[in-house]
Amino acid sequence: MPLVFAGACSHAPGITGRGERADPVAREALYAAFDQLREMLEATRPGALIVVAAEHFANFFMNNMPAFAIGMADHYEGPIEDKAWLGIRGRRIAGARELSQRLIAQVMQTVDVAYAEEWLFDHGIMVPLHFLTPRFDLPVIPANINCQGPPLTPLHRAYDFGRALRRACDSVPERVALIGTGGLSHWPATPNSGKINEAWDRDFLARWAANRRDDMTSYSDENTYREAGHGGFEIRTFIAVAGAAEGATGEVLFYRPIPAFAVGCTTAVMHLAGN
Amino acid sequence: MSLYCVQKLLYQLNRDPELRRRFADDAEAVIAAYALTDEERDALRHADIGLLYVLGVNGQLLMHYAALHGFAWQAYLEAMREGIRRHGPVRAGVYAMLKD
Repeated sequence: MPLVFAGACSHAPGITGRGERADPVAREALYAAFDQLREMLEATRPGALIVVAAEHFANFFMNNMPAFAIGMADHYEGPIEDKAWLGIRGRRIAGARELSQRLIAQVMQTVDVAYAEEWLFDHGIMVPLHFLTPRFDLPVIPANINCQGPPLTPLHRAYDFGRALRRACDSVPERVALIGTGGLSHWPATPNSGKINEAWDRDFLARWAANRRDDMTSYSDENTYREAGHGGFEIRTFIAVAGAAEGATGEVLFYRPIPAFAVGCTTAVMHLAGN
Repeated sequence: MSLYCVQKLLYQLNRDPELRRRFADDAEAVIAAYALTDEERDALRHADIGLLYVLGVNGQLLMHYAALHGFAWQAYLEAMREGIRRHGPVRAGVYAMLKD
């Protein structure tokens, strides 16, 4: 069954953990945008959801850092963070082990992906799930791209990872949806937290929506760091979604800088053929 | 290598509730198991968030260590700014990747 959904959204922990700090109008607009994205996801009747995330040293550390990883467990646990800090209670999240195995075997045809039978979800996955599958009743397959510990996964390889995920999803009978989660420009958890380069974000999102691969993969990490901060490295998750939707263009449904959430909050979809 | 060890300690603290319990009971014993410099050991002992930031600890690890020691969000951000004022720019890690 062809991939049924390809979208992208923000995952900043402040969105759920520090909601009261944000301008209420901006916050409610963002929550409404997440609801819209959830409705679009639900309309595609997915049987499983792949979340391509940029996790933050919850599972993957510099003792053995994969460029790419996919979960392969019956279930996962999250959030790893303090539950009150994140504003999301702890729970077990259903996985799709057997489907994961088939997808991983396909992805491995072209990408050296690590697999993991254990995975503690951090805010990078829990915040999107909180909004997109609020009953946590859709089996989740986590995936990770190294956006944290240099040397980072090259951008063009992130696009290729998306292509491989697409081939894998298209090869199985299940209805699989894909969501990438990450920030655009931001400086999370550092003294510049709250700084946002809106012009940089909008330029990147235009490249993403047009799905022009070379325009998305031409950034150097040095320039990204300079203009978009270390959080800007997470564009890899958006780029993977674009790779999975190669040939299609997308649409930015919502973008608004919300300094209290330390990121330009975004929801976006790719218009896949047949959806 | 040493920054790696500081970050590994924080990574393992974040992941492992049992290690957090041991750390609460006897932080010295936990710290002693890692190959650290005196400066790093002191920074960990005293939850000197500013110095840990300057030493290059990634914020995605450091913010949880700060929360463990009761730092509210703004206090955490301010502690890092104070670290810069006291110790100068970040010395290693991702936040020192630009040399100019």
